Amino acid sequence: MNFPILTSIILLPSLGALFLLFLKNDFSNDYKSSKYISIFVTFLNFLISLYIWYLFDTSNPDFQFVEEREWLKGFVNYKIGIDGISILFILLTTFITPLCIISVINTTKERLKEFLIAILIMESLMIGAFCSLDLVIFYLFFEGGLIPMFLIIGIWGGARRVYSAFKFFLFTLFGSILMLVAIISIYWLNGTTDIVKLYELSIDSKYQNLLWLAFFSSFAVKTPMWPVHTWLPDAHVEAPTAGSVLLAAILLKMAGYGFIRFSIGLFPVASDFFTPLIYILSLIAIIYTSLVALMQEDMKKLIAYSSVAHMGFVTLGIFTNTTHGLEGSIIQMISHGLVSAALFFCVGVVYDRVHSRIISTYGGLVSMMPKYAVLFMIFTLAAVGLPGTSGFVGEFLILLGTFHDNFLVATIASIGIILAAAYMLWLYKRVIFGKLVNKELLKIKDLKNFELIILIFLAIPTLLFGFYPEPLFNTIESSIKSLLEMYNYNLSLNINN
Amino acid sequence: MMNNLNFVYPEIFISISIMFLLILGVFKKNSSNLIYNLSIITLIGTLVLTFNYPINTDNILFNESYKIDYLSTFMKILVFIGGIFTLIVSFKYLKIFKILQIEYSILILTSILGMMVMISSNDLIVFYIGLELQSLSLYVLASFNRDQIKSSEAGLKYFVLSALSSGLLLYGCSLIYGFSGTTNFDLISDSFDKVEYGLTFGLVFILVGLAFKISAVPFHMWAPDVYEGSPTSVTLFFAIVPKLAALTVFIRFLYVPFINMIEQWQMIIIFLSIASMVFGAIAAIGQTNLKRLVAYSSIGHMGYALAGLSTGTNQGIQSSIIYISIYLVMNLGLFSCLFMLKRNDKYYENIEDLSGLSKNHPLLSLSFLIVLFSLAGIPPLAGFFAKFYIFKIVIEQSMYFLAIVGLLATVISAFYYLRIIKIIYFDKEKEKYDLDYNIGLKISLVLSTLLVAFYFIAPSKLLEIISNIVII
Repeated sequence: MNFPILTSIILLPSLGALFLLFLKNDFSNDYKSSKYISIFVTFLNFLISLYIWYLFDTSNPDFQFVEEREWLKGFVNYKIGIDGISILFILLTTFITPLCIISVINTTKERLKEFLIAILIMESLMIGAFCSLDLVIFYLFFEGGLIPMFLIIGIWGGARRVYSAFKFFLFTLFGSILMLVAIISIYWLNGTTDIVKLYELSIDSKYQNLLWLAFFSSFAVKTPMWPVHTWLPDAHVEAPTAGSVLLAAILLKMAGYGFIRFSIGLFPVASDFFTPLIYILSLIAIIYTSLVALMQEDMKKLIAYSSVAHMGFVTLGIFTNTTHGLEGSIIQMISHGLVSAALFFCVGVVYDRVHSRIISTYGGLVSMMPKYAVLFMIFTLAAVGLPGTSGFVGEFLILLGTFHDNFLVATIASIGIILAAAYMLWLYKRVIFGKLVNKELLKIKDLKNFELIILIFLAIPTLLFGFYPEPLFNTIESSIKSLLEMYNYNLSLNINN
Repeated sequence: MMNNLNFVYPEIFISISIMFLLILGVFKKNSSNLIYNLSIITLIGTLVLTFNYPINTDNILFNESYKIDYLSTFMKILVFIGGIFTLIVSFKYLKIFKILQIEYSILILTSILGMMVMISSNDLIVFYIGLELQSLSLYVLASFNRDQIKSSEAGLKYFVLSALSSGLLLYGCSLIYGFSGTTNFDLISDSFDKVEYGLTFGLVFILVGLAFKISAVPFHMWAPDVYEGSPTSVTLFFAIVPKLAALTVFIRFLYVPFINMIEQWQMIIIFLSIASMVFGAIAAIGQTNLKRLVAYSSIGHMGYALAGLSTGTNQGIQSSIIYISIYLVMNLGLFSCLFMLKRNDKYYENIEDLSGLSKNHPLLSLSFLIVLFSLAGIPPLAGFFAKFYIFKIVIEQSMYFLAIVGLLATVISAFYYLRIIKIIYFDKEKEKYDLDYNIGLKISLVLSTLLVAFYFIAPSKLLEIISNIVII
């Protein structure tokens, strides 16, 4: 196919943003049209990406829709393409963004146009990161995402937004800087930064450990793994709802995606060597942050810590290097993208009404907001990983893969699931059930239409993929198979040497 | 002889223009506006004349003391662009401060003439003449707003310290002449087979003098005070143009006569580079005055440019030149923003004055945002590519320590750029600023912002042009 369809889904939101820039920022018709334009652009982008999924050949493990153009002469080519893994993340991005925009245009009063521009640019950068087939291009998109996110947290965030925005920015920048050194080193070692070529060339095992650590420093911050996870609760708590959703649903997935695409793909020997480290850090993340989540009084913080725990499962699954583990991780990431987005929206719903995130403010909401209670229940159960929700499929497969690799690790990780059930159900109990003590809550209204739309849209895939995860498996199957074949082949080469 | 003159038309043209403008200014009353406009035209004319050469060949003129090659032509063009924009963005500023006198534009022209001589010099004496011509003009420019104590202080401080460094530099020149018997760059390199300590001493003295001119740590002490005290238009000039000339001399001086002594000077340059990057990043954090902050940030940026130089390769030189070209554009954008902070004929230059700028001036703030993130080196803006080329070459030479320190300094410096952005975007708004920008200011701001923001579309264009610069 000659039409540069991937470039077009990368550029489309940015063009929309550029268009918005020239609209007047007052309560005239321009103001309304900025809402329609942004919804239109993002929804169109979702449709295009669905169309790409439809065109996508699942039996082919190679990269598809590849576009290559000369960019930095003789050094880096602008090369993008997708395989079964990246298409899912692109879909997730294009699916979540319109929902964010719907939420933003209905809740944000101040500087709406700028917010929409930031989200649109963010979408472009995230899609770009998931499609890029060149390390430098990936870095560009990966790092570029810092700018809009910094502004989203800093301008529209809560009370301690400045501190959180700085922490977010400097932590991630610090992590990524080392990755840049590694990328340039790879260029000088192998003469290219093209991922497809690097897969074939395989990097000298002498250097793999150092390079792996440099990439790890970036992805670990972004995942976030224990002990560099501390920016996440701060950023989440202070970010506006749409910011939290973007952060949890998509930005964190960039790191998981990076682990699969780069750490496993480029440095198999080092990945094998560092697997125990990842296991330990993941287990600490799962157990420790689950315990921390139990003790939170702030709803957003609780969900933020649960994100860290869920991402712990993801890293665990990725580094089992089994088909089950990897598939589980990807499905867990997609599922977490949907569920955590939904949970942050749920918090946003009550926050917009009562302006408090403290759990003890609430209680007994079920009698006032029955629809809300039902939908919140679905997502709570999905976060716990109840069978029939997408959360179950991912966690189950990850544990299956882990048992295959290491019995003890899997046993400890299973405790995390029990803890997840504890903190999520306890949260649900305290917010929804119980006596309605707070008088303010008597006036609270049930879900508005747009909130209902957002949550139902998120509930559909959560349940659908819980009962019928087949489409996801079909898409990723051959890509993962070829990734693992390459991984094992490289590993055996190294052992023979 | 006539043949030689063919190649220096730009220098001749600008010299004659300077004299003509001076006479015109003396005999015609109230001609400062006219002379200001004529100076811009002179610079544009010189720019056009510079393009007129067969730049593919190296021309060594006047007993091999003057060199017109790709490097000199490119750097001269940058100098002219810097000069032109310095003049056109500051018209209103000069009017309001009542410093738009005939001497102002003429001094800018003379200092540019000095820089042209510096850039093309292939001989220590020619180089020194150029250096002094530009320095003397700059002393006067720094203290141009003579009714203000700060401006006079800036001029005096710059004069005293700069004279000291010129003395050191001259001492270095005499040492080199004493030990090699010549002042010509090409001949110096032929004159020694083994390392001679006399020459090393000479080299070090000259490096000190040059490091002073580009304000590399530890010879940076003058920069913050001079930047703060001088009129903002002169600060802009200081921040970009003399650095271009000094960097060219750095390149010529290190890579032509002393390339064989790379072991001797490489450590010095690496030290200057690391010290500048780290110090520039840390010292800028506590600043409250934007011009002072720019001074520290430019110290840091010079550190990165020197990192490219320290590699001792052609690609290193090219990466430094790319860096300084992009740095020129970014600083132009930053200062254009500063010139827009005017309310009732008063210019504001404290960081606090930017508070909440984004509410009242969204587009100006957006330009600020783009330029600042670019200065911090965040992709996909131009500043990232500038740093990227530098680190690409530094890592190729396996200078990992320099690369990692440099990148960490980037993270630290990101902090103070973020602080400005925070004040612009997150803080409470203040009164509106005036909106009566003149056209030159608008053009310069829009151009530089667009260049910085969309550099990523065709990043190899600049690279292609600069890859013709081959010194060794």
